Amino acid sequence: MSRAENTGKFGQYGGQFVPEVLMPAVEELTDAHRRYVVENEDGFIDDFRKRLRNFGGRPTPLGRADNLSERYGHDVYLKREDLVHGGAHKLNNALGQALLAKYMGKDRVIAETGAGQHGTATAMACAYLGLDCEIYMGRTDINRQRPNVFRMRTHGADVNPVDVGSGTLKEATNEAMRDWATTVEDTHYVIGSVVGPHPFPTMVRDFQAVISEEAREQSREVIGSLPDAVVACAGGGSNTMGAFHHFVPDDAVSLYAVEAGGSALGVEEAESYAPNSASLGTGTVGVLHGARTKLLQTGEGQIVESHSVSAGLDYAGVGPELAYLVDEERVTPVNVDDDDALEAFHRLSREEGIIPALESSHALAYLEHADFDEDDAVVVNVSGRGDKDLDTVIEESAKRDLDIAPDMEVFR
Amino acid sequence: MTRADVRAAFEGEPALVPYVVAGDPGVEETKAYVEALVEGGADVVELGLPFSEPIADGPTIQAAIRRALDAGITPRDYLDLVRDLDVDVPIVCMTYYNLLLQYGADEAETPEDLDVSAFVADAAEAGVSGLIIPDLPLEESDELEAACEKHDIALVYIVAPTTTPERAERILEHASGFVYVQARMGTTGAREDVSGDTHASLDRLREKNADFPLAVGFGISEREHAREVVAGGADGVVAGSVFVDIIAEHADDGTAAERLEEKACELKTGAREGAE
Repeated sequence: MSRAENTGKFGQYGGQFVPEVLMPAVEELTDAHRRYVVENEDGFIDDFRKRLRNFGGRPTPLGRADNLSERYGHDVYLKREDLVHGGAHKLNNALGQALLAKYMGKDRVIAETGAGQHGTATAMACAYLGLDCEIYMGRTDINRQRPNVFRMRTHGADVNPVDVGSGTLKEATNEAMRDWATTVEDTHYVIGSVVGPHPFPTMVRDFQAVISEEAREQSREVIGSLPDAVVACAGGGSNTMGAFHHFVPDDAVSLYAVEAGGSALGVEEAESYAPNSASLGTGTVGVLHGARTKLLQTGEGQIVESHSVSAGLDYAGVGPELAYLVDEERVTPVNVDDDDALEAFHRLSREEGIIPALESSHALAYLEHADFDEDDAVVVNVSGRGDKDLDTVIEESAKRDLDIAPDMEVFR
Repeated sequence: MTRADVRAAFEGEPALVPYVVAGDPGVEETKAYVEALVEGGADVVELGLPFSEPIADGPTIQAAIRRALDAGITPRDYLDLVRDLDVDVPIVCMTYYNLLLQYGADEAETPEDLDVSAFVADAAEAGVSGLIIPDLPLEESDELEAACEKHDIALVYIVAPTTTPERAERILEHASGFVYVQARMGTTGAREDVSGDTHASLDRLREKNADFPLAVGFGISEREHAREVVAGGADGVVAGSVFVDIIAEHADDGTAAERLEEKACELKTGAREGAE
């Protein structure tokens, strides 16, 4: 597989589609990524790994889910990114980039956030490293992820509500890019996923790749061999690329990227709306937020508003490397709908004692539909914990009258 | 008109390049506004083709783009609008790259075949003389540059305050029509004063190429701004948000066209004063 790391192209995908005012910054960042992250200048990587351990709580366990294994008739192992400090894999990247900002001599950090997990992780990392932090978050997301807003504020970050459009991740990203275009000289923009202009897709993947590096090592001990499949949810794709990266050369390991099927597939052109976030499997090629990738868009090229019950998956684009790996048939894109994800949320909570994020619930829900053999060992990446989603889950479960959901009526 | 006409618009006295968003609030209004701007002294008109994610634009133009999209303008409507314009100045289309890519997507057999030349061909035929694509830096523009050359329309590049001398030199080598000198950091929008960065950018570009037209934009809204940037060495001034604001405020009371003409006249006067 040929991948041009230097130009940021993955086949036809990737690139640097940004305003000229940002080009010197992405060039500077490309250089910093190469020196500090790839070549370990000034011991950056050693410092990063030490902090991942001592602040982030890594490594996270890979453990067998006995009840799920029994239910599905094959071995299910959970990679527990929900146990990373802050409750999601997002810290791996936020800590890496905030540390990089420090090494680059930039003392202000901005970030966009959807579900608020990336914003929270960035706010934590900035508090820890002594950096100024401002988070852009859509108004809709603020309303559905209130606890994370309070967490960010508690860590000292400013949260800037974005009121335009649907008030979700897409608009928050636009606004963060505009801030960066004004403040690029002293500010680092911590993109939260494997999206955006080069070097972000490569750099974020490098920081998240610790997930598959650990899982691959742990699987030899825990499973006794490499797994037969790795399953991860995909919105922008940072936990996906993190969980897949070190398995990509292992052809015998199948890789499943589970997208949000929302309430229905397809794009409703007239409404400029997609009732899903399944850009990787069902989108078309275009350019958004600095990269050529797969998008949910109209035939004319207007980006549509996406939907998922999970705020963290609700995005019209996806990382360019994932789009490439799908075209190469190395990664299989699949999707599950909102109902499936809610059921999976309750199932893991009830049967394994783990409350998963609604994002991760998509990966878990795929087990219901998949057709694995009984001697298969399947690793599912539990990308985050679901405490932040409880309000949404209670409300959405009541709407659907889900049998598996506990009755909360008396407490509401 | 061709790319040579875009360049020629900057010869002689300093040029005024106003920007408005096509389809805000409707296609018929836009025609009247463009004609009013030309009446007021515009030498080139920069006409925005609305894209849903305008990352290089500030709040004023974002809102105009939203109004135009809600009113339903499409890239094909845009080209029809240009075709119907009755003005004798070059029209430069400002939009974002994805719209160009998707324009010919119906004919592409595979995603790799997505090709911007279908848009460029139709735009040239409709009477567009140049393109400004703010999310397309030099690094990604080979394909579009070739298509623009083939159809003899200008591809206008932006030089920002952060642009290094080496990049500025490369941009000048590839430039056609004029170079758009971004007067300050950030996004488009009217501001109180003109940044000191502008003069440094102009001096640097002049050193590389004494003749190529340089137009300064971002934040220009008053006669004094126009005078100042031309006195500082610009061959023209680009102004957008100030005109878009007039449309937002006065589209409903019927005075927008006349106010646009007055504002254009004011900025043109300022530009002339700067050249004295």
